[in-house]
Amino acid sequence: MTLIKEQDLGTPAVVSDVSVTLEIDGHPVTVPAGTTVMRAAALAGVSVPKLCATDTLEEFGSCRLCLVEIEGRRGTPASCTTLVEPGMKVVTQNERLGRLRRGVMELYMSDFPTDNLAVPSSGDCEMQDMVAAVGLREVRYGFAGANHQDLPKDESNPYFTFDPAKCIVCSRCVRACAEVQGTFALTIENRGFASKVSAGVAEPFLESECVSCGACVDACPTSSLMDKAIIDNGMPNRSVVTTCAYCGVGCSFKAELQGNQVLRMRPHKDGKANHGHSCVKGRFAWGYVTHKDRITKPMIRASIHEPWQEVSWETAINHAASEFKRIQAKYGRGSIGGITSSRCTNEETFLVQKMVRAAFGNNNVDTCARVCHSPTGYGLRTAFGTSAGTQDFDSVMDADVILVIGANPTDAHPVFGSRMKKRLRQGARLIVIDPRRIDLVRTPHVEAEHHLQLLPGTNVAVLNALAHVIATEGMVDEAFVAERCDPADFAVWLDFIKRPENAPEAVEGMTGVPAATIRAAARLYAMGGNAAIYYGLGVTEHSQGSTAVMAMANLAMATGNLGRPGVGVNPLRGQNNVQGSCDMGSFPHELSGYRHVADEGVRALFDQAWGVTIDHEPGLRIPNMLDAAIDGSFKGLYIQGEDIAQSDPNIQHVTAGLAAMECVVIQDIFLNETANYAHVFLPGSSFLEKDGTFTNAERRISRVRKAIPPMAGMADWEVTMALSRALGYPMDYTHPSEIMDEIAALTPTFAGVSFERLDQLGSIQWPCNEKAPEGTPTMHVGGFARGRGKFVVTAYVPTEERTGPRFPLLLTTGRILSQYNVGAQTRRTANTVWHGEDVLEIHPHDAEQRGIQDGDVVLLASRAGETTLTALISERMQPGVVYTTFHHPMSGANVVTTENSDWATNCPEYKVTAVEVRLTNQPSRWQEEYEQFREAARQIAAVAAE
Amino acid sequence: MNVRHLANMANQIATFFATQPGDAAEATAQHIRQFWDPRMRTAISKHAEAGGEGLDPVALAAVRLLAETKQPAG
Repeated sequence: MTLIKEQDLGTPAVVSDVSVTLEIDGHPVTVPAGTTVMRAAALAGVSVPKLCATDTLEEFGSCRLCLVEIEGRRGTPASCTTLVEPGMKVVTQNERLGRLRRGVMELYMSDFPTDNLAVPSSGDCEMQDMVAAVGLREVRYGFAGANHQDLPKDESNPYFTFDPAKCIVCSRCVRACAEVQGTFALTIENRGFASKVSAGVAEPFLESECVSCGACVDACPTSSLMDKAIIDNGMPNRSVVTTCAYCGVGCSFKAELQGNQVLRMRPHKDGKANHGHSCVKGRFAWGYVTHKDRITKPMIRASIHEPWQEVSWETAINHAASEFKRIQAKYGRGSIGGITSSRCTNEETFLVQKMVRAAFGNNNVDTCARVCHSPTGYGLRTAFGTSAGTQDFDSVMDADVILVIGANPTDAHPVFGSRMKKRLRQGARLIVIDPRRIDLVRTPHVEAEHHLQLLPGTNVAVLNALAHVIATEGMVDEAFVAERCDPADFAVWLDFIKRPENAPEAVEGMTGVPAATIRAAARLYAMGGNAAIYYGLGVTEHSQGSTAVMAMANLAMATGNLGRPGVGVNPLRGQNNVQGSCDMGSFPHELSGYRHVADEGVRALFDQAWGVTIDHEPGLRIPNMLDAAIDGSFKGLYIQGEDIAQSDPNIQHVTAGLAAMECVVIQDIFLNETANYAHVFLPGSSFLEKDGTFTNAERRISRVRKAIPPMAGMADWEVTMALSRALGYPMDYTHPSEIMDEIAALTPTFAGVSFERLDQLGSIQWPCNEKAPEGTPTMHVGGFARGRGKFVVTAYVPTEERTGPRFPLLLTTGRILSQYNVGAQTRRTANTVWHGEDVLEIHPHDAEQRGIQDGDVVLLASRAGETTLTALISERMQPGVVYTTFHHPMSGANVVTTENSDWATNCPEYKVTAVEVRLTNQPSRWQEEYEQFREAARQIAAVAAE
Repeated sequence: MNVRHLANMANQIATFFATQPGDAAEATAQHIRQFWDPRMRTAISKHAEAGGEGLDPVALAAVRLLAETKQPAG
């Protein structure tokens, strides 16, 4: 195990059909036309000294270190900005070039710390490397002249330091912020000798627009920008390539360690989802792994009103199994169930659903995708035949028109958001459909051509109106539809969509979107070239979530925007393994690979493999489990890595359901809110403590590799195995790779997947089988998975959640960049400096009407419940709509949300809640009562001295 | 189970399938067979037998179909 040092070829790769052959120091090399001499040299195995160049950024040509001689040309051109030409003869090293380079380095070093102690990355510092490479032995100018060595450090950011004394003003950080991240937070202020890197307008990093993605830190060649963890602890000595545990982008990272101490998470250049980029969460917010709140000992208690008792693994597992058996004996086989987690690996979710089906003997298994993307599964399967997005992330670079609906990529999927912004800066045109003015609407060098600022709950009406324009203005791709789609379904849909009630003019009153804007957006989407739809929970978390997904599928089919790069219908998944947990058979009606439990042939496969008879009836979904618990027929629940008492809607209903159960088993790394209602706590393992795989939003299966041992002694998959064994259904896997082998054997779309194959290819996008042995980046090429694409009539049905005199405003919820879902991880990191509490965004007009000022505490009340939040007056909101996040438990955003749900899947309607907001000076009754209960429910009994 | 809640869910499903080609009641029943646990189906069926208060006509017809055909969903 060693520290991985990735090769830097100096300038980015170029794609060209034309090859150019040249000579570098007498060695022939053939490269694509448009390649730089520096990159060609690197590919020929010749390393040209450099400082301002790196292959993650466009060539810049400022450091003058990479000079070369080219036969027939005057002077010494910079190899980083000189393109190859046929027959070119390049000399990269001779006495003259060496002298020039030493002169350049001498100048740099005359204003650079000479003390090795000042360079925290010693041993991995490009400045030190270049001093050695050019053979600089003395600085003739001395160090006493004017310099930058006394400039103060900026230590405001919690994760990294900017030390201007080590800055050589190469602009790599500035360019990384612009080119890779797309935030443009950094600049070079002043001129000449006074030039310096500046965050914002000479602001500290923390107060600037910097989003702490780490791109600048990773780009810095001098350790001027450096991780504080490295400054404090020294350099790591080994790397483990793994996959981030946050959002559905699924970035590849190198966990860098000293022994078993993680010091840094660096984005992996070979990662096909992130191409070496990261966000503040994945790059820096991993400290929760060793946070003091980690629970590492199993615990049990007889009642939620008693303190927890620490016990051995054996005692805890046996107690859980005994309770589940007792409950089933008393209340019946269907009285218990399980919930799998999108924060756990494919192998772990597969085992949980296997245990439920085989050991519990029922299909009462569900997953958190129930409350986020279950409508994606239903809608895309109905339209196309596959419950997954159609493209890979790279596809966005071929899009000419990007339609973002109900998603906020720069906050919730930041690495993909940066890639999308890059494409937009290249000229792709943007349509945003969102009730809120998200950053993408107007951000540096990006501006949406159309922002359809609709009222929450009217997605389907707007999508239908877009389709109406396309259908009535002759913009349907007739050839695509005739070749690829079911003609009868299309005819019915065409008749429906052309009806006057779907016209933009008919819906503008109810949606709040001017008809002209809808018409212009429809024309752009249909006629602007490759058009790609990206969507998030702002589409799915509605009473018509599944309908909206099918409406988007209709749009894409009608315009022929499927089956090739640059197009498609692309869900941006909330958690890193939402796709995977769904693929693995976590839904109560489906076995892995989305096959219904009623299918006798499929069931027979599993019956034979598992040695049981699987129930042919669908089980309970999460909301149904809670209803059944209150009803008295559901009494026991095993929850791996979920916190439904914070994340699910109408929390008072959720907790009533949990409180009605006789045995709730929580497996988590922290005592989460749901654990307050639990009787058994099984310590979980973080993503750094186990092996397995995650599947991201582009169906990419990537390895999760164990970097450190499980802090509680067992990885999550081992805990599930132990519980299953105690229940009388032994599982005997010795490594998660064996679980994946079983998944592959039972799941046609995973048939070609194995850990060995993943190690060979890096990652694989399913389907991976005999037809596609290296996976499938783009789905539905040449034909749909279901045969012919299905147009579905998507009539708009207004939500039952209505505003009125008592609740005149609409609340919609979401998440922000620095925090992640229920915040269990990010609240235990320094990310709290950016978001210490959930706030209520309210339009100035609504605030003024209520006498609310910025920072006031306000009561947020709905038909479901009440909570209090701090008001943030914001013109991001439209009048009549308020917004908050749900990252902090005592904020209680989900005390206010209701149980309304998607008609097809029961996915809750988080995005539309009628509320009132008014000034208050005290917590809500729920907050007071819950805080008191919470305090008592989290007590752990002191262990008696032996 | 809370039959008022179940009735509302059934109505939502029926509202969707009422806009689709084909037999809306049968499609609604099929959706319920595919996605509802048996105890939910039993509860809504009993509610329908008792008059089906709150169930829309298509939903009521669908629930009655559930009682007639008890084979698993496919």
